[in-house]
Amino acid sequence: MARIEAIGLTLEFPFYHVGSRSLKKRLLGGARLHTDASNRVVVSALSDMSFRIGKGERVGLVGPNGAGKTSLLRTLAGVYEPAAGSLLVEGEIGTLIDVSAGMDAESSGRENVMLRGLYRGLSEAECTALAEQVAEFAELGDFIDMPLRTYSAGMGVRLSFAMATAMQPEVLLMDEWFLAGDAAFMQRAEQRLTRLVGGADILVLATHDMAMVRRWCTRVLRVEGGRIMADGPPEDVLAGMGL
Amino acid sequence: MLCVQAMHWCGSGRGAIARHMGQSEPVAQPRAFYDAAQPERLGRARADFTLGLSRWRLAWRLAWLDIRNRYRGSVLGPFWLTLSTGVMLGGLGVLYSTLFQLSLREYLPHLAVSLVFWTLISTLIIDATSSLTSAEAVIRQMQLPYTVHALRGVMRNAIVAAHNLPLILVVFLLCGWVPGPEAALALVGLLILGVNAFAATLFLGMLCARFRDIGPIVGSVMQLAFFMTPVLWKPELLGEWQVFMPLNPFYALLETVRGPLVEGGGPWLAWVAALAYTAVHVGVAIAFFVRFRGRVAFWV
Repeated sequence: MARIEAIGLTLEFPFYHVGSRSLKKRLLGGARLHTDASNRVVVSALSDMSFRIGKGERVGLVGPNGAGKTSLLRTLAGVYEPAAGSLLVEGEIGTLIDVSAGMDAESSGRENVMLRGLYRGLSEAECTALAEQVAEFAELGDFIDMPLRTYSAGMGVRLSFAMATAMQPEVLLMDEWFLAGDAAFMQRAEQRLTRLVGGADILVLATHDMAMVRRWCTRVLRVEGGRIMADGPPEDVLAGMGL
Repeated sequence: MLCVQAMHWCGSGRGAIARHMGQSEPVAQPRAFYDAAQPERLGRARADFTLGLSRWRLAWRLAWLDIRNRYRGSVLGPFWLTLSTGVMLGGLGVLYSTLFQLSLREYLPHLAVSLVFWTLISTLIIDATSSLTSAEAVIRQMQLPYTVHALRGVMRNAIVAAHNLPLILVVFLLCGWVPGPEAALALVGLLILGVNAFAATLFLGMLCARFRDIGPIVGSVMQLAFFMTPVLWKPELLGEWQVFMPLNPFYALLETVRGPLVEGGGPWLAWVAALAYTAVHVGVAIAFFVRFRGRVAFWV
């Protein structure tokens, strides 16, 4: 049963390059900056967040830039270890945060798909199958065997989209990202994304696009300054934001 | 509380792909639990290590990619290194055998083994300083064992060094040097070297992610170490000062490979020193990794 449970989840980013005391003092005027036990200046990316997300929920994370949306996604994905509190994630996690990370510009599209498969821990045969599937969906033709640096921007997006969505995780963590490409592809991309979102047990989507929230989410967490300001059905929360 | 097998964040996409491809493979539900009050650092470090080693295929592929990208478009590729080491061997061999008044026949095998393995040690250590910072994008995007990045660095350097190995063979043939059965000990030496390489890549990778000044310092230290270590010269030339040689860890490590190949086994003190340094080195690396593994994502 897929679920996410956070109790008092706190994430702190240390600032290592703040040397001088006066600079420290000046910075510490801000509310989100403070010093921790070992006297480092830290910024609270997430403070004392508690929430529970059950199977079937599609949660939209909304809030201004720097509110902590991506930090929360990364923490859920297991990239960052929380400074306090506990976090439980049950179910296979799939992340669409920065899809271009780990791609190699000198390798062909096919090699990049194989590489991505290895990153995910697939066997050689599974990687080959994945490459076939991605090649077909991305409609790159012969370019699938050309180095990535020869791709146009649109082709690059098509490949990374096909690659990132060629999976069906139980817990899908998605950062807002942009779909570019020709109209025909956009339509197919939309279908695929709908299927992906529909197939996941839990979706957590960080976005600024309220239309996306209304369309896909059953629940909205409004995050600001690393805290949960509102939690509820999309219409209620968005109404509370004056939207 | 938490159970140990399920503690690590499981980033594997196996089940997802299997489901997606319509196979009905029963997959145990991955479960990731983290409680800041009980960080379970040792268990997580161990899980990182075992999962990292099981992903050797990824590390291997990344290592080859690194090499391919570094020598992209070049005709000789990594064999440029073989060529330059070969030229260096010829030049330095003639010069230093004259300076030290040794015959080329007895000096060249020593120089060949020393130079090839010194190049390996020194490039590996300098590479190690950026083993994690260079993987920043991946570290911040997905949950992947950090040991994969260390393994990648070790494998990359091992592959490059393998291109130099034929030089040793050629020199041995030219000088008519035939190592005795003790040459098999060189395999043990290689193993010791490998263990140290892995520990150094992980440890320096973390340390240099946190303290960005250490990278340049390591560069200078390696330059100094090249002259202080008997690479060009032979330990015998030190006379009575030779007893202090084992204090140099690079000497001890180099000796575990060079001794069996060209010196009939190498002094036992060098072996003891090499094992002792390895134990301390690995101990420090493990302690540091266990304690600070969770901070790496914030450091890079």
